[in-house]
Amino acid sequence: MRKSHPLRRAVLASAATVSGIVLLLSLKPASDPAQAHAAGGIPPKQSAAARESPPGGSGQRTGTQTVTGDVAQTQYGAVQVRLTVSGGKITKAEAVQAPKGGVSDEKTALAVPKLNQAAVAAQSADIDAVSGATYTSGGYKQSLQSALDKAGG
Amino acid sequence: MVDQVTDPAGAPPALRHAEEVMGTVVSFDVRGGEPEAVRTALEEAIAGLHRVDEVFSTYREDSQVSRLARGEVTVEQCDPEVAEVLALGAEAERLSNGWFSTRYEGRIDPTGIVKGWAVERAARHLAATGAEGVSVNGGGDVQMYGMPGPHRPWRVGIADPLFPGGLAAVVSAAGARELAVATSGTAERGAHIVDPRTGRSAVTDLVAVTVVGPRLTWADAWATAAFAMGSRQAPAWLESLPDVEALLITTGSEVRCTGGLAAHLG
Repeated sequence: MRKSHPLRRAVLASAATVSGIVLLLSLKPASDPAQAHAAGGIPPKQSAAARESPPGGSGQRTGTQTVTGDVAQTQYGAVQVRLTVSGGKITKAEAVQAPKGGVSDEKTALAVPKLNQAAVAAQSADIDAVSGATYTSGGYKQSLQSALDKAGG
Repeated sequence: MVDQVTDPAGAPPALRHAEEVMGTVVSFDVRGGEPEAVRTALEEAIAGLHRVDEVFSTYREDSQVSRLARGEVTVEQCDPEVAEVLALGAEAERLSNGWFSTRYEGRIDPTGIVKGWAVERAARHLAATGAEGVSVNGGGDVQMYGMPGPHRPWRVGIADPLFPGGLAAVVSAAGARELAVATSGTAERGAHIVDPRTGRSAVTDLVAVTVVGPRLTWADAWATAAFAMGSRQAPAWLESLPDVEALLITTGSEVRCTGGLAAHLG
């Protein structure tokens, strides 16, 4: 039984959600290689998540921090996202790498703004649970649901 | 990990727990109710899920379902839940014109219906304590009862299958005493998705199907069946089911909804 300070809860929730998103961005979604090829997808370039400012513990989230996720393979090609976190909230989500060339250019134009909105929405949507394709107990650790469970609110 | 949190806004206290079982993690969130009764019910619900795993797992050689599939025992010799689940599976198979099945490669395999049924049962057991709100998420399939706080409904994000970490939509349980949200997708594990016409793995042009309805047993089975059907057949079939709404996302990134889904979006 613990009472948590409302501000601390908000900070924890944001921090947990951010790490949930960044972890998720580092996942390579299962994609059909044939389909990725057809859509002009580029082979995934692996890069470790890079923190461009010193990492802070969940209790010390002052100032602005940018976190760049691993390259994620989508059906249109490789996507890499950079999140800007200020005062424990995601203030900006931008694609630093998006598919180019051929048929996928048109799709990218639509997909990137949607991705930006969605990443911010997950943080501010005030949700209690997440429904998605069944995860394994290993996959749970990288899930938004796990972030919600940890946030406790 | 059991964590009781008091909400500063005057909402009922929350009892949360995440349990690794049935090859996934089941997340519990119970609001209000008599604390002792809720804790006892949570322990019983968790024990119930582990028992279901023991009895129904096709990964365990010694489970009742594995022994039943090998013909070593009859349904009557198994726990009564085995007959109950097989009957639900047969009903799902009938109502989905065979797109949902409790047989795989000729063997009895109720995997596709067990989890939704077990999670719904666990949530109902918790709701029976008189708790004001219950949400149980079984690896991405959620059953909710009541409300988490005064004037606030349960809200479930639907994971965007094309953009990990993002949400495709948010479903609100406003106005519903009970509501379930189940999603089947390309990353689905556990359910064998087979085309009944060919007997082979279904070739689908969908990346995810989310079904919203009162009970998770059915929402989960309908999501699995609709996913296998593909975007040509699934929307009309889902539309024909009473009390069911759905959101479908195709490999071409198109989003399709049943007529009444908008009323559930929050």
